[in-house]
Amino acid sequence: MPGETPLTGRIRPDRPPLDAVGYEQAGGYQALRKALGSLTPAEVTQQVRSSTLRGRGGAGFATGQKWSFVPMGEDAPRPRYLVVNADEMEPGTFKDRLLLEGDPHQMVEGAIIAAYAVQASVAYIFLRWAYRVAARRLEKAIAEAYERGYLGRNILGSGYDLDMHLHVSAGRYMCGEETGLLNALEGKRANPRSKPPYPQTSGLWGKPTVVNNVETLCCVPHIVNNGADWFKGLSRTPNGGTKLYGASGRVRRPGLWELPMGTPIRELLEEHAGGMREGYRFRGLLPGGASTDFLGEQHLDVAMDFDTVQKVGSRMGTGTMIILDDRSCPVGMTRNLTHFFAQESCGWCTPCWGGLRWCEQMLSEMEEGRGREEYLDRLAAHAGMLGPGHTYCALAPGAMEPLQSALTLFREDFERHIRERRCPWRSP
Amino acid sequence: MLSETERQAIDAEIPHYARKQAVCIEALKVVQRHRGWVSDEALHDVAGHLEMTVDELDAVATFYNLIFREPVGRHIILICDSVSCWLMGYGALRERLSERLGVEMGQTTADGRFTLLPIVCLGACDHAPAIMVDEDLHRDVAPDHLDAILERYE
Ligand code: SF4
Ligand code: FES
Repeated sequence: MPGETPLTGRIRPDRPPLDAVGYEQAGGYQALRKALGSLTPAEVTQQVRSSTLRGRGGAGFATGQKWSFVPMGEDAPRPRYLVVNADEMEPGTFKDRLLLEGDPHQMVEGAIIAAYAVQASVAYIFLRWAYRVAARRLEKAIAEAYERGYLGRNILGSGYDLDMHLHVSAGRYMCGEETGLLNALEGKRANPRSKPPYPQTSGLWGKPTVVNNVETLCCVPHIVNNGADWFKGLSRTPNGGTKLYGASGRVRRPGLWELPMGTPIRELLEEHAGGMREGYRFRGLLPGGASTDFLGEQHLDVAMDFDTVQKVGSRMGTGTMIILDDRSCPVGMTRNLTHFFAQESCGWCTPCWGGLRWCEQMLSEMEEGRGREEYLDRLAAHAGMLGPGHTYCALAPGAMEPLQSALTLFREDFERHIRERRCPWRSP
Repeated sequence: MLSETERQAIDAEIPHYARKQAVCIEALKVVQRHRGWVSDEALHDVAGHLEMTVDELDAVATFYNLIFREPVGRHIILICDSVSCWLMGYGALRERLSERLGVEMGQTTADGRFTLLPIVCLGACDHAPAIMVDEDLHRDVAPDHLDAILERYE
């Protein structure tokens, strides 16, 4: 039913998260009991498939399908691994922090069920360093789960074994890309790997590996408990479930809300974020993190889900929106975003590391009043050259999404910078 | 030489991974926790301990932005320079910080108390601008709050 908030229902901002006992009393670990006690791994995967759950890390790949690519059976390679991507580093994104800090057992339970579904024997939680509170709470939750027999040998008498370890990263955006993350876990530079082979067949140390985002895994216990149809019914669109939506920027109430998937952008912005702050007007937004295309006023009635946002030329991404107001410079914002990608480029392929620096340079000159007429075309050309298919991984195409959409949506502002040889938003 | 405590902390991680080399990032963090940064000598010792070449380990150490290969101050200030913080007043905050500490980004104060570094989005964008001092996150930071915040870190 719309209106339910399974993922955040147990989270209270004014108190520490539930410990294992509290979590059990609130219905926790029931799904794990059910899965291990009465469902085969294939049945769990099938249930998640039918639920239409799609990855909440940004790419939106069907979760059950991802699991089903893992080779199973007697002759399948072992060990297999489950990796939780808790590296939340997409600028403007702060949703997994809430889930990790607010209800760590929920994520641990989801990860154990996922691991069971692909018969993994080791699970790693790949956590970014900056999430110190989450690190402490996860460590505690994992220890409690071992104590109570949810991890370790012969879990709940089922004969299934699983170990879980927390890996705290030393920081780099590339670790969010799943193959980069695997290299980081192996103690290497987080350069991406070529695909295929996909991690599901050849991942960590060449063994079958599934990488799932935190929010995705948090959905899993609820699907197992309540069924696929219930999960689909939470949504307002064919993409099932609820979604953690967020907003930052000059809105009245920046924050996070768990709402039915497919909630329209306008409703998020006006009802939940409270509209723009006094004295600020809306100019545009990035729907789901730094690597999504800008949307404008004309897109506000779009439903926020994977397919609908894609249809209007952007991506839902992480679902945490960044709002641009009329007192901030669109060129400056684009420069900030491009700087981020240029800095985080892993340097593996030339178009990306060279091209992004060049883009950043042109945008900086523009902002400082030294932009030249031809920069607009040159930037647009980069948007094509660094687009999908020309680089080794998705970082460069991701960087081009805000850039190329800004060039269209805020064309006049870019032109003014060049024509007037100054940034109109800067005091002289 | 790695201290006994450092060695123990590193060795405790080894059984969690299929290969020894996987703990190298953790090992560098262990060293850094005890010494503040990773010197050439420390790098050499960790590499030896994990049966890696020094170059192999340095390639890793220089890739991750929270491994410090140069000495740092007693406290690290990480200021988020990503998009939401940029929109919400990062510029003014950064200016005040630099002015107050008398250092630019990447530098350490003359008394060795603070090192100022930029960091990507801290996942606190609904409370931008955000900074971290050591392990503490500070949210909704206005330039005027800085004195009260920094006072806590001797
Ligand atoms: S696109 Fe950029 S980040 Fe990706 S592999 Fe190439 S250089 Fe590295
Ligand atoms: S952009 Fe600064 S915390 Fe996210």
